[in-house]
Amino acid sequence: MKKIKCALIGSGNIGTDLIYKIKRSEVLEPVWMVGIDAQSEGLARAREMGLKTTADGVDGLLPHVLSDDIQIAFDATSAYVHAENSHKLNALGVMVIDLTPAAIGPLCVPPVNLRDHAEKVEMNVNMISCAGQATIPIVFAVSRIQNVAYGEIIASLASKSIGPGTRANLDEFTYTTSSAIEIVGGARKGKALAIINPAEPPMLMRNTIYCLTDEEPDQARITASILEMIAEVQKYVPGYRLVNGPLFDGMKVAVFMEVAGLGDYLPRYAGNLDIMTAAAARTAEMFAEEILSGRVQLKAQLKPLELA
Amino acid sequence: MMDQLSDLTGRKVIVHDMCLRDGMHAKREQMSIAQMVTIATALDDAGVPLIQVTHGAGMGGNSLQHGFAPHSNEEYLSAVVPKLKQAKVSVLLIPGLGTMRELQSAYDCGARSVHVATHCTEADTSPQHIAYARKLGMDTTGFLMMAHLNNPEELAKQGKLMESYGAQTIYITDSAGYMLPADVKSRVAALRELLKTETEIGFHGHHNMGMGIANSIAAIEEGASRIDASVAGLGAGAGNTPLEVFVAVCARMGIETGCDLFKLMDMAEDIIVPLMDHMVRVDRASLTLGYAGVYSTFLLHAKNASLRFGVPTRDILVELGRRKMIGGQEDMIVDTAMTMAKERGLLKAVTASS
Repeated sequence: MKKIKCALIGSGNIGTDLIYKIKRSEVLEPVWMVGIDAQSEGLARAREMGLKTTADGVDGLLPHVLSDDIQIAFDATSAYVHAENSHKLNALGVMVIDLTPAAIGPLCVPPVNLRDHAEKVEMNVNMISCAGQATIPIVFAVSRIQNVAYGEIIASLASKSIGPGTRANLDEFTYTTSSAIEIVGGARKGKALAIINPAEPPMLMRNTIYCLTDEEPDQARITASILEMIAEVQKYVPGYRLVNGPLFDGMKVAVFMEVAGLGDYLPRYAGNLDIMTAAAARTAEMFAEEILSGRVQLKAQLKPLELA
Repeated sequence: MMDQLSDLTGRKVIVHDMCLRDGMHAKREQMSIAQMVTIATALDDAGVPLIQVTHGAGMGGNSLQHGFAPHSNEEYLSAVVPKLKQAKVSVLLIPGLGTMRELQSAYDCGARSVHVATHCTEADTSPQHIAYARKLGMDTTGFLMMAHLNNPEELAKQGKLMESYGAQTIYITDSAGYMLPADVKSRVAALRELLKTETEIGFHGHHNMGMGIANSIAAIEEGASRIDASVAGLGAGAGNTPLEVFVAVCARMGIETGCDLFKLMDMAEDIIVPLMDHMVRVDRASLTLGYAGVYSTFLLHAKNASLRFGVPTRDILVELGRRKMIGGQEDMIVDTAMTMAKERGLLKAVTASS
């Protein structure tokens, strides 16, 4: 079966974990990995796994895009260089999945709005944040039943799973996730809290989701909607699990979740990173299925996306 | 004045009152603006130089996780700051909860000092916020919470990181009220050795093991020059180091705080104690916090969860300690209580069988 060829930009933890996920896919094939450090462990591992590599950044990849038929790229670099990477790749007709907090394209949570993005053939979609991927499906599962005035999420992350970039830029995480709770989750106001816990052995990622509904929550329908949504997420993140709840308290709905990773490249406790790579891979797969079926065709996009 | 026979005679210490921030926890975040103004002006009149004013969890604290106060931080600050003659107002900012936007807003309302707080191993989540506070010209503290969970050498390195971001004072924060004087001394000494001489060291205690005063004095002995305390101990758990008692001990030892002891005593008796919803003291639950090393703010949340799910408060707190939950993980209190209730047959799990 024909597969859609992919490039991975960024040779850190996320990019390396993505190789494993994409290799398992029936519709995706990892072909290139792009780094900026020739000595990096990520590039060495990519070569071992049969990928072509360049240490010259995206510019090192561009001459090979057409000859190697690259159609989808994952950008796991940083918010600062993402826009430029994306413009260069879009100009060659490559669809870009953004795993940085740049968010220049529409926000994507696969079980909530991926189909809409694929139908519109968006050339850049953003994966928000690990906490966003883990919690927004639940906010949406409530808001599709009843109006949600306020959604608040608390993500507890193992210290070892948080890299220096996220640590030094926690406010960006807070802003991006809060706004996605509103835009994608459907809460009128969103708030995101992050806790970094250094316990040893490292704790699994935990997420608590609170929603305040306008009317008394319909317990049976909301519970059913949440369980159905959890099953959807489990299709690409098997370790996504309801620990407690939904707990109803007046207008408040509380849901207590846990995310165990698959343990591909990253350890199982790093469910936060796994849910990002799994959601990104799922997103690419849906685009790939649409391309392979001939329903959509990616077109070179010369005009840069407008920065919001 | 009584006999001044200690080695610390003449040492100057800046006391920082916590009634209107840590004390918010003891009031379940429900303090009125009038109460805040009354307390702040009394502290100002008694010569307390620094007063912290915010939601108990600081900037961004208004939340389902931490409770909603009746007013925003901006409303409290705007009411309190103009009433003060000498005291400066500070705020608390925990990265991951509060943001630089909120810090700017607090500054615009007159806050001039900030505790930028991280868990004792996660100092590198604070560079943006510390740098931003310095840019605003604020008196900037790096506040290492749950400090008993890190050894002296590593804790000192965390403090050094915060100093490198621009923090002018590094606090050892005994959030669980777990430390004994020797624990405090070894940590202050390690920080003193590693930090620049002009960087101040502070200690924030909780009285869960009855050690608030002793620990604060131990910190001063090793070179700390700032002490957090609150009048009548109004704060989370068994409360903070009781400020009026601390000032009395300092007076006896010749340590200079610049505070009026009798005014603080009167304030404790006439203002603070009457507004307590429960007696803030060492009791079965708050002692458990100190003994098991659990974040003091968890106390009232655990009591609520106990009432709802029928698992004793002490059992919940001990389990939270065993699971190594840290400040900010208040959601895990209900979660833990529910898991324990299921194990004890008090609660049924939700299943997808329908």
